Amino acid sequence: MNFSKSFRNTFLVILLSLIVSACATKTTTTKVEGQMQGDVYTGNDTVKYLADGVPDRVFFATNESILTTKSRDTLRKQANWLRENSSINVVVEGHADERGTREYNLALGERRANAAKDYLITYGISADRISVISYGKERPVDSGSNPLSWSKNRRSVTVKAN
Amino acid sequence: MIRIFNLFFIIFFLLSAKAYPLIEIDITRGNLDPLPIAVSPLFQDDSSKRNSINEIKIENVGSEISLVVENNLKISGLFNPLSKEAFLQKPDIAHLKPRFEDWALIKAQALITGKVTIEDKKLKVEFRLWDILAGREMMALAFTTVPSNWRRVGHIISDKVYERLTGEKGYFDTRIIYVSEEGPKTARVKKLAIMDQDGFNTKYLTLGNELVLTPRFNPTSQMVTYLSYFKNLPRVYLLDIETGTQEVVGDFPGMTFAPRFSPNGKKIIMSFAKDGNSDIYTMDLENRIVERITNHPSIDTSPSYSPDNRFITFNSDRSGFQQIYVMKSDGSNVKRISFGKGLYGTPVWSPRGDLIAFTKLHKGKFYIGVMRTDGSGERLLTENYYQEAPSWSPNGRVLIFYRETKSNDKGEGFSAKLWSIDLTGYNERQVQTETDASDPSWSSLLSN
Repeated sequence: MNFSKSFRNTFLVILLSLIVSACATKTTTTKVEGQMQGDVYTGNDTVKYLADGVPDRVFFATNESILTTKSRDTLRKQANWLRENSSINVVVEGHADERGTREYNLALGERRANAAKDYLITYGISADRISVISYGKERPVDSGSNPLSWSKNRRSVTVKAN
Repeated sequence: MIRIFNLFFIIFFLLSAKAYPLIEIDITRGNLDPLPIAVSPLFQDDSSKRNSINEIKIENVGSEISLVVENNLKISGLFNPLSKEAFLQKPDIAHLKPRFEDWALIKAQALITGKVTIEDKKLKVEFRLWDILAGREMMALAFTTVPSNWRRVGHIISDKVYERLTGEKGYFDTRIIYVSEEGPKTARVKKLAIMDQDGFNTKYLTLGNELVLTPRFNPTSQMVTYLSYFKNLPRVYLLDIETGTQEVVGDFPGMTFAPRFSPNGKKIIMSFAKDGNSDIYTMDLENRIVERITNHPSIDTSPSYSPDNRFITFNSDRSGFQQIYVMKSDGSNVKRISFGKGLYGTPVWSPRGDLIAFTKLHKGKFYIGVMRTDGSGERLLTENYYQEAPSWSPNGRVLIFYRETKSNDKGEGFSAKLWSIDLTGYNERQVQTETDASDPSWSSLLSN
């Protein structure tokens, strides 16, 4: 009885690990294809760097301004860098993808830029060193009309102002 | 009388088409029977032709004016201008007294005749509208203007004919202000441009040095409000298109956007974004007093007044997603009115007061639609890959909006064009522009 139970458990474990590995394989495949998690861009082929290891931008889900774990990590790096370079001020640009009405996207870009700004403030950067500007959907980095292109365009970018 | 009856029939049919859902409108689009009308070239004698060449470098301006009229009537979708080749009577004789049998023979139900003279640097125009079946004159008008205004003369004649035959004001002597677009998507150059409603006389009002968006006409004057990124500070501006003078609207410490005039032209209503939150404000253009209309942690934008100034419709995501709301113009009594599936944006109140036009996004498609001001009777007029920002013709019969095409992965194949569609969902047409174009706004009638 015990044996058969533990056998069954082992079987389940094997089965589960098979499913997990199947998932893992699948995730890897989507990653290669899409570089996206949900619809948030996770790649770095459009990312520029404020300094070595300090990415300049974070990415958002459709219609969202919530910072992902990766975004928060990036912004903490930016905050550290800004602390070390206290003479530098920045502009945080907020952007949206092309799949929304122009005026709403201007507001959404503003919201995204401020989400990034607020996080930098939380990590000790003075508010008067950070200004924001929303470009709505007016300044895409990727001109394709597909989910991956759109995910690269839903972003806020921290740019040196001086 | 039969002719008039026919026209009533057309109008009745247009109104009754309201009851059909989108899909059926798509199928039956273009099944209307427009009124056959003959637009005879306006007669011009030889001495006047010589003056015409001297003044405006056009020999037969009478003929040109009749082409303007013909084109206007045709694009309205309500008229079928007949081929001039079939006309039996000469323009000058027809203008004095048409031989109605001749015009009836080519199946014309209405006839426009006229005469132009250019003398002493003045263009004198007279025209008549004839009812062929009843065999009588319906209207006769004459006016004088400067010769360079000849296209406007064509538009005014079109408006008079439209009004006489439909009982509603026309929309031909109007202009469209829009954003001209050039260059790749990632570095688009945008300029304010203005043109006659039929695509002629395009003028560029800005040079393209800074990003400009969402121009809107003042319904009572030749003023325009728009968003400019001048010095990288996105702010609402006011522009006088006659003098070219412009000024920033208000002194806001952040982005102002989505401007529109109140119906009496005395206020600008717009969004102001502070700390990531956009709310609706107004500024009185006479006393410069700024009022806050909404105060909510959600995005409130794209405001538009009702024509009686009593209400404002706007776009908000306070429910979690973009929806359309209506409130009193002091900001009280906020009510959500859009409840269909999908997201709703860009509400614009009809100049007739009874409808709100909007953009809807549902399952990856964009629609231009209308609903009553309480949100009932939603009707989608057109579906496409991307389209938004409807603007009403001054008579509330036609909507102009812009449409974008999908690009491939390299960004090729992208275009932005202006389109118009009748409130009925019929008569969808591309509006010709010299460049790619977006954000159209329709002026009021220039003359009345």
